[in-house]
Amino acid sequence: MATTQSTPPTSGWTGLTHDWASDKEAFKQVPWGKAMMWIFLLSDTFVFSCFLTGYMTVRMGTTEAWPNASEVFALHIAGQDVPLILIAIMTFILITSSGTMAMAVNFGYRRDRRKTTALMLITALLGASFVGMQVFEWSKLIAEGVRPWGNPMGAAQFGACFFMITGFHGLHVSIGVIYLCIVAFKVLRGDYEHTGKYEIVEITGLYWHFVDLVWVFIFALFYLW
Amino acid sequence: MANNTSTISPDPTHSEGQQHPIGLYLKIWALLFVLSTLSYLVDFFHIQGYLRWGLVLTFMVLKAGLIVAIFMHMWWERLAIIYAILIPPLCLLVLVGLMASEADYTLFSRLTYFGR
Repeated sequence: MATTQSTPPTSGWTGLTHDWASDKEAFKQVPWGKAMMWIFLLSDTFVFSCFLTGYMTVRMGTTEAWPNASEVFALHIAGQDVPLILIAIMTFILITSSGTMAMAVNFGYRRDRRKTTALMLITALLGASFVGMQVFEWSKLIAEGVRPWGNPMGAAQFGACFFMITGFHGLHVSIGVIYLCIVAFKVLRGDYEHTGKYEIVEITGLYWHFVDLVWVFIFALFYLW
Repeated sequence: MANNTSTISPDPTHSEGQQHPIGLYLKIWALLFVLSTLSYLVDFFHIQGYLRWGLVLTFMVLKAGLIVAIFMHMWWERLAIIYAILIPPLCLLVLVGLMASEADYTLFSRLTYFGR
């Protein structure tokens, strides 16, 4: 990748001060698209943090008991109530999809278009199945009477928090699935061959890992707490 | 195209994209599964109280750290972008602290003045 600096960028703390003190661009050798995606993800981190902090605030402030997540999200399988099983499966699916995405990025840089496309489409499929399971979860809870303004299990704020947080996350996953499919087909079609730059796969990967990252926090703070 | 086979040591002169041996991703992937299983077991074994919170948060931070550092390649990026991205979210801890204090006050007010 051609750089316009006359001296190679230094590393460590010296590099940090040199980067921020320099003109034209602060993030040396970071492709523009990657830096922009990171900054977008930073803003999205703030959005989800606001939701999770809001959830913390209403949960701490309510005098009513918060519904027990283990019971609310349990599934009745073979005569037993298995707590959080669907959530556990969803977590494993999302982690697997992060794994396939990381491999896709690796193959993208090796310019192996078929493997990259295949892995990206597998990632998208796993993401789509995650959304499907979330939709099932929503329909189950709605059928049991959970509403944004109240529910039969406990504090009235539970529904609002659940639908808002998982809804926004599910929306991000859905957008990610579409994004993955678009880039996967462009890779397969050879759209990036003339420049030979496959950073786009890594940039897509950053978005996808972010979606998994948010789920790690939702899983811990909403379902397990 | 440069094929960098370094594993964990940060390589600041890394310029031709981010390439690391696939084995690293598979190991981290397995580690994420283990941490997720451990998180699930915290609930499965009905661990309560401070131990529950401690374990849940620890596993959460470990998983998040692995995803950001390895899967999102932060470990190998320049300090400038690492700090630009990772330090602002620390400000969120201030928000969390403020809102926790506010929520505590809300609860106290409800109990004191509404009696329930």
